[in-house]
Amino acid sequence: MTNLLTLNEKHIPKLPRHAKLRYDEPRKKWIINAPERVFELDEIASEIIQLVNGESSIEIIINELTEKFDGAPRDVISKDVIIMLQSLADKGFIVI
Amino acid sequence: MTELKTKEEPSNIGDSHIPEKEKLQIPYAVLCELTHRCPLSCPYCSNPVELEMKSREIDTDTWKRALSEAVKIGILQAHFSGGEPTARKDLEEIVQHASSIGLYTNLITSGVLINEDRLKKLYDCGLDHVQVSIQDTDPENSNKIAGFKGHDKKIHTAGLIRKVGLPLTINAVMHRQNLHNLDKMIELAVKLDAERLEVAQVQYYGWALKNQTAFLPTKEQLDRATEIVEEARIKLKGILAIDYVVPDYYAKRPKSCMGGWGRQFLNITPAGKVLPCHAAESLSFLKFDNIKDKPLSWIWENSEAFNKFRGTSWMPEPCKSCDRKEIDWGGCRCQAFALTGDKNAADPTCEFSPYRNVLDEPLSKVGQKEIPEFIYRKIKVKKNIIGIGHNSRKASKQ
Repeated sequence: MTNLLTLNEKHIPKLPRHAKLRYDEPRKKWIINAPERVFELDEIASEIIQLVNGESSIEIIINELTEKFDGAPRDVISKDVIIMLQSLADKGFIVI
Repeated sequence: MTELKTKEEPSNIGDSHIPEKEKLQIPYAVLCELTHRCPLSCPYCSNPVELEMKSREIDTDTWKRALSEAVKIGILQAHFSGGEPTARKDLEEIVQHASSIGLYTNLITSGVLINEDRLKKLYDCGLDHVQVSIQDTDPENSNKIAGFKGHDKKIHTAGLIRKVGLPLTINAVMHRQNLHNLDKMIELAVKLDAERLEVAQVQYYGWALKNQTAFLPTKEQLDRATEIVEEARIKLKGILAIDYVVPDYYAKRPKSCMGGWGRQFLNITPAGKVLPCHAAESLSFLKFDNIKDKPLSWIWENSEAFNKFRGTSWMPEPCKSCDRKEIDWGGCRCQAFALTGDKNAADPTCEFSPYRNVLDEPLSKVGQKEIPEFIYRKIKVKKNIIGIGHNSRKASKQ
């Protein structure tokens, strides 16, 4: 399908209006609220999603994480970032 | 990353066995039934058979307080439903409050009472998402099922919802009398620019149980529907998400109703009663606490209604020794009681339930030529003809 979004490093991802990120105190977790869904984010997903701001490209997000997690190879981080964001994009919870 | 779905009575004092307290979970969502008033009279309405009158509805401030208390116990989402929630003039004020305290807000509406101006206001109040029910793609049949000529208005409203910038889900309750239009329903959802389509099945308790023969689909209809959904999901990936659940009468194991009793979800009725699920009032042996009298945190933790079926300690066999007991949590309590008359029974949809045969009778009538007339939802129903046990279904049709 032409409308299907396949993410690459040049894309600038953002959450659509109906998906809302916030830190949830009672659960001590970052979560995304979406229609009849809650995504509870694990540690890696939380690090990634906090850099999704509608301004930074995926490339920049990967670079920032590579810098932050000194020692982790960029290609490993890149894979994690794209897989995680793509899984949300497939459900319409990441848009560009 | 974990994805969780956030949508769907107490022991009697005379009971000698008081179950030990189950570990409390943090609930995800509250369904706020703002009113039972509704211009539609769908014969499968999920509201209880005994509907609340306007005079018993809790006021704006009580709703706002309840929502604030919901946030305190960790609730993330508030669904505003009814009846028809837009029948309440204070909907905007309630939504604004919910949004301002960080709740994700979802309006579940028939779409027949709302105009563009009000939708804009709701958008400005921070409403996150809207669900509109559509009874069928065929306008005539749609109006017949709803008992109200509102189909064209619904389509118009769906357009307005997208126009003001709100995300849209189409709720389609599918059954024997409209499953042949499922492919058209999917097309309609795409045409209306919906993000999601919920292909829901009629759940047979309350009003729907009175109309069971009119709604139960055939196995062939269902198999075809499953094929259509599977094809559409692939074709429309990234365009339309489709939620679809096979009705449990044809399943071998029960659904995990509400994600387990008193685990993820609570429901507040128009009169302020706090229920573990929207149908729980059909469990006539339960006592419910009211948000007017007690804080929500107390109710979540201590209400007899919530503790009665919380966890697994209440379970008799075949649930007790089942390795799925923490997957399906014994299935639907309301369905189990309605069909078996036994309050602790396993959901009879389970192949290990000794009551599985209570589903065989209705299933044996599936596909019969004669389709009964609908018994429409209406606000005045005499108490003495309301069915609870499996024998009383016949009485309720008299």
